[in-house]
Amino acid sequence: MSIEQVELARLKSPFFPRLEAIDRLYNWHDWKGYRSADAYTNPELEYFAIRNSTGVFDISPMTKYRITGPESRLYIDRLVTRDMINKVGPGRVAYAVWCNDQGQVIDDGTIFHLSEGEYRLCSQEYHLPWLMASAIGFDVTIVEETAAIAALAVQGPTSYSIIRNLGLDGVENLKMFGLTNFDFQGTDLMVSRTGFTGDLGYELWIEADKALDLWDALFEAGKLHGIRAIGTHALELARIEAGYLAAYEEFLPAEETVRTGRSRSPFELGLDWLVDFKKPNFNGRRALAEEKRNGSTWRLVKLDIEGNKAAEHSYIFADKNARKQIGFTTSATWSPVCKQNIALGTVKCPHGKPGDTMFVEIYYQREMHWSRVMAEAKVVDKPFWDPPRRRMTPPGPF
Amino acid sequence: MSDQYDAIIVGAGHNGMVCGSLLAKAGKKVLILEAASQVGGAAVTRSFADGYSVSACAHLLYQLQPQVQKDLGLSPDLAAKDMPTIALSEDGNHLTIRGDHAESLSDEDAENLRAFHGRMTRYADLLNNFLNKAPPRLGTKNMADMFTLAQLGFAVRRLGRNDMREFLRLIGMNIFDELEEKFDNPLLKGALSVDAVMGTHLGPRSPNTILTYLYRLAGNQGKVGQPSGGMSGLSEKLAHSARDNGATIRTSMPVRRIVVDNGRVAGVETESGERFDSQIVVSNADPKSTIMDLVNPRHVETGFTRRVKNIRMRGNAAKLHLALDGLPTIKGLDKKALGGRLIIAPNIDYVERAFNPAKYGESSPDPVIELTFPSLHDTTLAPTGKHVLSAIVQYAPYGLKGGWTGDARESFTKTVITKIAEYAPDIGERITATELLTPVDIEKEFRITGGHWHHGELALDQFLFVRPVASAAQYAMPLEGLYLCGAGTHPGGGVSGAAGRNAARTIIKQERSA
Repeated sequence: MSIEQVELARLKSPFFPRLEAIDRLYNWHDWKGYRSADAYTNPELEYFAIRNSTGVFDISPMTKYRITGPESRLYIDRLVTRDMINKVGPGRVAYAVWCNDQGQVIDDGTIFHLSEGEYRLCSQEYHLPWLMASAIGFDVTIVEETAAIAALAVQGPTSYSIIRNLGLDGVENLKMFGLTNFDFQGTDLMVSRTGFTGDLGYELWIEADKALDLWDALFEAGKLHGIRAIGTHALELARIEAGYLAAYEEFLPAEETVRTGRSRSPFELGLDWLVDFKKPNFNGRRALAEEKRNGSTWRLVKLDIEGNKAAEHSYIFADKNARKQIGFTTSATWSPVCKQNIALGTVKCPHGKPGDTMFVEIYYQREMHWSRVMAEAKVVDKPFWDPPRRRMTPPGPF
Repeated sequence: MSDQYDAIIVGAGHNGMVCGSLLAKAGKKVLILEAASQVGGAAVTRSFADGYSVSACAHLLYQLQPQVQKDLGLSPDLAAKDMPTIALSEDGNHLTIRGDHAESLSDEDAENLRAFHGRMTRYADLLNNFLNKAPPRLGTKNMADMFTLAQLGFAVRRLGRNDMREFLRLIGMNIFDELEEKFDNPLLKGALSVDAVMGTHLGPRSPNTILTYLYRLAGNQGKVGQPSGGMSGLSEKLAHSARDNGATIRTSMPVRRIVVDNGRVAGVETESGERFDSQIVVSNADPKSTIMDLVNPRHVETGFTRRVKNIRMRGNAAKLHLALDGLPTIKGLDKKALGGRLIIAPNIDYVERAFNPAKYGESSPDPVIELTFPSLHDTTLAPTGKHVLSAIVQYAPYGLKGGWTGDARESFTKTVITKIAEYAPDIGERITATELLTPVDIEKEFRITGGHWHHGELALDQFLFVRPVASAAQYAMPLEGLYLCGAGTHPGGGVSGAAGRNAARTIIKQERSA
C-alpha cells in the first residue's frame, strides 16, 4: 500500500467532530498516533481559562491499559515503586513511576483502582511489552483500551460548578485522587479528581461512542462558567507551573536510552516519596537501595530565575562566570499567574538543594540579534502554583 | 517444625554435590535435597529392562575438571578410558580416530588433523582456565572482575599473533567451513562435526559450533571414558565426598518451592510439606525451573524474569537403550573395537541434513547416532553374555510437531534401529527390550526444562558473561540468598563439576567479604 492510499495517517479522537468545529488555527500535532491541537483559538486565552475559569483538554489519546485478574493488585505493587497494596484501595488513584531492574524510570503515570482488583493505568508512552513481561508468573489480564475510552480533563476554578451542573450528585465529596462513578444518560461515567494543571480539576471517562453527548452536556453546563477547550500549549504552561514531569523533557523512558547515564532514577527526579522500601520486592528495588546508600548522580530542581527571559535549553552553572557547568534546564517558561520566570532542570549532585543559588545561561533574540544573560536562579522546594482550592473538599463554587 | 542449615542445595546432580561437598568442607552445615530416589541427576545408572542397566542420560565422561578432582580429593574409577572414536562406514572401511591421529587417512589429512587438533586443544586449554572461574562482571569497577577480564585478554594475546588471529577468526564460526577447508575424508569430517553439535540445537553449519567443539575438548582434551558402574559410579563417589565432608543428602525429597520471606530466601519446602530453613539456597535445577517454578517471578524483577524466560533450551537429542541377548556384528569391527565410541555420521552433509527437519519440528529420517556398548567394559550392566546398547540420537526436537505420541516414539525408535541395522544387520534379532527417551522424557525424568542437557543452549549469546543471563552470571541471582550451581550457569553442561565448584567458591568468597 502506498501512502497515497492511506485515508488518514492520524487517528481521530472520539471528540474530533467538536474539536474540528471550534478550531480556528489548524495547528495539529501528533500525540501517539492521534491528532491533537496545539491550540484551538489563542493559547494565552486558553491558558487563562485553566487558571481563571475552566479549560477542557481532550486526553483521549493518552495510553490506557486495563489490568484485571485475581493477582492484579500484587502485579501492580511489584510493577511500581510505591505501595499499592496498603495505600491505594478501590476508588483511589495513584500517581506512580515504574522502573527497570536498574532502578531507572521507564515512565510515570496514573493508576486508577476502579474496583477491587480492577485497574486502569494511564501513561504518556506505550508500555505493553513491559507490562506483559511484568505479567510473567501473575494471573492477570492486560488489555489496551486507549481507543475504547474517551476522556476529558476539566480543569480550573469553576470546574466544580460545571461538574455539579452536569447533575452529578455527590461529586462534592470527591477528594483529590479519588474516583467515583455516575450514570450519564444510561452510561457509566467515571469522574476522578485528577489532572495535570496543579489546579482544582476533574477528569471524565466514558465509553467512546458517548463522547459527543458528554461534550455537549459539559459545554452546556459550563456556558456560564467560562468553559473553553484548550490545546497542548496552554496545558504545557500549566504543567510547568505545577512542577509536574513530562516524559522526553524531564526524563527519557529508560528502555529508550542508548547511552549510559541518560536515564533517571526516581530519586533523581525528586520522587523519593514514591519509593517504598518497606515493600519486599518491586522492579528496581535492588538498584535503588544501592543508589540510596551510595548517593544519586542527578537531582531535579525547580528554579525561580531572575528577569523575564524564559530559560529554554539553558545550561546551568554553579557560578556567574560560567566556569562550572552543573546541568541544564528541561522545561522553562514565564509564568503569567505566578509572575515568575520559572524552570525545571537537572543538575549534578550535591548541587540543587532547596535554597541553593545557581546561574542560568539564557540566550534570547531581539530583532534578529542574539543576546546572552547569566541569570541568577534560586532552587525552590514547592510547586510554583499550588492554590488551596486545588485540594479543598467540597470545592468552592467559584 | 523446621531445621536450620547454612546452605541448602536443591538437586543432587553432580554439580549440586560438588557444590555441597565444597561448602561442607568449608565448615557449613549443608543439606542436599534430591527429588529422585538416587543421587546423580542426569548422571545416573538405572535399570531399563530386567537385568539390564544403563547410564540413563549422560553416558560418557568427558571433562570432569581436574580442579574438581583435586579439591574433593577424588578421581573417577573408569571401566574404559581414552575410548577411540570410530566413524562407521557401511562398507566396513571405518575410520578410527584417537585424538590427533586416525588410521588410513591421506598424508595431507593426517598432517592437517595433527595441526587442527593441536590448535584446538591449545584454544580449549585457554578456554578451560576460564571455565573454572566465575566470569567477570562487565562495566564494574570491581578489581577482581577487571583482573579476570584482563587475564582473559592477556591469555588470548599470549597465544601469539597468528594463533590469536586464528582464535578470533574461529570463535564465532561454524565448524562446517573449517572442516571443509582442512580435510578431505568424509568420515573424519562427519565424526568431528558430531562432537560440535552433540546435545545442542545446532547443525555443523550453525554459528559458533567451533565454540561448542572447543567446549567439548576443554578439561580433558576430548578424551572419553566410561565410569565403572555407569554414571552412578561417579555420582556415588561425589555423594560419598559430600557426606564425608559433613553434608546431609536426602533423596526422594522433591522441592516444591524455594521459600522467600520479606525479599530474601529463607529456605525450601518439599512436596511432602516439610520445611527446611536456610539463608542460602543453591539450586542445581536449570535457571528456568528455578526462577519460574521454584521461586516464582514475583520475587524477582521484570527484566530478569524476561531474560530467564527467553533462555533458549529446547533439547534435540534423544537417548535409545537396547537390551541385547548378544553382541551384534558390524562388518570390519572386532569385539574389542565395539568397545569404542561408534559414530554414525558418514559425512558432514549427512549431519546437516539430519538437523534440517529439526528446525521445522520434525525428527531426522536419517539420524546422527553416537552408540556405545557399555556392557563390554562393565559386566555389572547386563546379565552374563548379554549386552546393552546406549545411543545418543540426533535430531529429535523437544517441540515435535504433533507431540511425542506413542506412534511418534515408535516410529522414531524404528527409524533409529533401521539406521543402526544398516551397519549391524543382525541388530534386530538381538533386541530383547528397547527404551527411547525423547527430550520430553528427559525433561520429565531429570527435571530439565526442554530436556536440554546443557540447561540452556551453549551459544555465544548464552556463554561466559551472559550465562544464564546478562547481569546474573556470577552464580548469585538477583534475590538475596539465592544461587545457581547447575549446567545453566557458566560454563555449561557436561559432567565437569566446574559450575558446582565455581558456585561454591563464589558463595564462600561472598561470605568472607560480608
